[in-house]
Amino acid sequence: MGHTIAEKILAAHAGEAVRPGQLIEVAVDMVLANDITAPIAMREFERLGVDRVFDPTRIALVPDHFAPNKDIKAAEQCKTMREFAKRYGILHYWEVGRMGIEHVILPDQGLTLPGDVVVGADSHTCTYGAVNAFATGMGSTDIAVAMATGRIWMKVPETLKITYHGRLKPWVGGKDLILYTIGLIGVEGARYQAIEFGGPAIAALPMSGRLTMANMAIEAGAKAGLFGFDEITRAYLDGRATRPYTPVAADPDAAYVHEIEIDVGQIEPQVAFPHLPSHVRPVSQAGTVKIDQVVIGSCTNGRWDDLVVAAEILRGRRVHPDVRCIVIPGSQEIYLRAVREGLAQVFVEAGAVVSTPTCGPCLGGHMGILAAGERCVSTTNRNFVGRMGHVESEVYLANPAVAAASAVLGYIAGPQQIG
Amino acid sequence: MNNVLKGRAWKYGDNVDTDAIIPARYLNMSTPEALAQHCMEDIDLSFAGHVQPGDVVVAGSNFGCGSSREHAPLALKGAGVSCVIAKSFARIFYRNAINIGLPILESPQAVAGIEKGNTVQVDLTTGTITNLDTGQTFQAEPYPPFLIGIIQAGGLIEYTRQRLTNSERQ
Repeated sequence: MGHTIAEKILAAHAGEAVRPGQLIEVAVDMVLANDITAPIAMREFERLGVDRVFDPTRIALVPDHFAPNKDIKAAEQCKTMREFAKRYGILHYWEVGRMGIEHVILPDQGLTLPGDVVVGADSHTCTYGAVNAFATGMGSTDIAVAMATGRIWMKVPETLKITYHGRLKPWVGGKDLILYTIGLIGVEGARYQAIEFGGPAIAALPMSGRLTMANMAIEAGAKAGLFGFDEITRAYLDGRATRPYTPVAADPDAAYVHEIEIDVGQIEPQVAFPHLPSHVRPVSQAGTVKIDQVVIGSCTNGRWDDLVVAAEILRGRRVHPDVRCIVIPGSQEIYLRAVREGLAQVFVEAGAVVSTPTCGPCLGGHMGILAAGERCVSTTNRNFVGRMGHVESEVYLANPAVAAASAVLGYIAGPQQIG
Repeated sequence: MNNVLKGRAWKYGDNVDTDAIIPARYLNMSTPEALAQHCMEDIDLSFAGHVQPGDVVVAGSNFGCGSSREHAPLALKGAGVSCVIAKSFARIFYRNAINIGLPILESPQAVAGIEKGNTVQVDLTTGTITNLDTGQTFQAEPYPPFLIGIIQAGGLIEYTRQRLTNSERQ
């Protein structure tokens, strides 16, 4: 009997054959935390009574959520993480001014690789499934134990296979595919499962789109969102990978708990309405919903390709007078490229904000919070009640093209509606 | 850990997410006591001020969905919640609760048979849930043996510390 990608990676890291439902302990290749999850992890780490981390080159600490320091308490949390990094010799600590959003910089810097097990104290750790790694979010206590021992307990998930056929329409990308999928299966549709994304439409999808899809696997309840390794993966890792890696493919006779086929040719840009990521409808059925803010960025859609799409729509146009448009490149590298290649100029001339990398408004932290009654179209990943501010505010999730078009028109719109 | 719990039930629906359990604006704090003051604030303003030690949260499916924030079960534990009973749990919340020693039980029947304000008794050893107001009893899904070890130690840190100490002795 063959095995799925998840089963193979976990078996290799557990040192034994595994089957779904089994509780195992795995060795981890990379452990991650950020400024809001690290303080608890550090506090629990100290209670373990160890005097060192398992491997100072295999831990990543990123101040991205409430940084640059949002307020005094956030400053204390960032300080706690900074001091821990120094005390234990953590190699991968990025300071403000040299950092980016964790799930943008880790793959870009070649730290998460095919065949890896990556665990992080952040639910969107599943992003690295796009590079053929088994990557999953956990809590701060889990990460404390992983930092100390290099191992963590885990239940082997079943795998849900989703195959995407056909060719994408204009302006449709990874964000639309994953929103469509979550709309189809629901926020619990893949609970506890690993998703394997594949098919000809995926083979043609650039890495930025795959990272977007894997990023939102958690929003369907999934434990991981895995992609196979192909030429696009190899080309992305070329010049980035920091160590050797071994790609993992599913066996032809692997057993899946369920298989879904999706024809992408029918899919237009999608919008997730408040207050669940599964309340999805095509943008042409959005009606006329006036908005107050647009956010283009985040670990979901803060990459170079996302900025290029947004700039294409904003170039030579103006953000609607009633709208605040906030563009947040996902890393300093992307920000600098946006400056050098004229995208930052396009955004500022259009009347948009260009911010240093931060998670900021995505989780209602800072850099664009909503008042009561306000609505935001956002390229982020969650729209629960109160997610971006007041409990009476609303968040609509979409791709960068829809976000930019909505910023221009002042209501939820697709790029085809721009004159 | 006390194995028989008793308290009043607080009842919620499906998909109670981690932003509802503890809004992100409070994630610049991390102690159970501080977080408890804002627990459930965005979906039930009455909770934080009126929850009594021992009370039980009873909820629908996919409880704790959303973020990985451990602050969510910490807020509930800090508020004195003795147990969460749900139709199903989101996976990161589930492991966080086990890891910090907040008892959680899965039982759709119990959720259907308990209303807000009912007095509920839970026996963690057997997984039996009793609605003391109606007299009905329900059986929750048992924990896998591996997780019982973590729960009996009081949480993942205690469990890991014991194992590290044992391996040092060898």
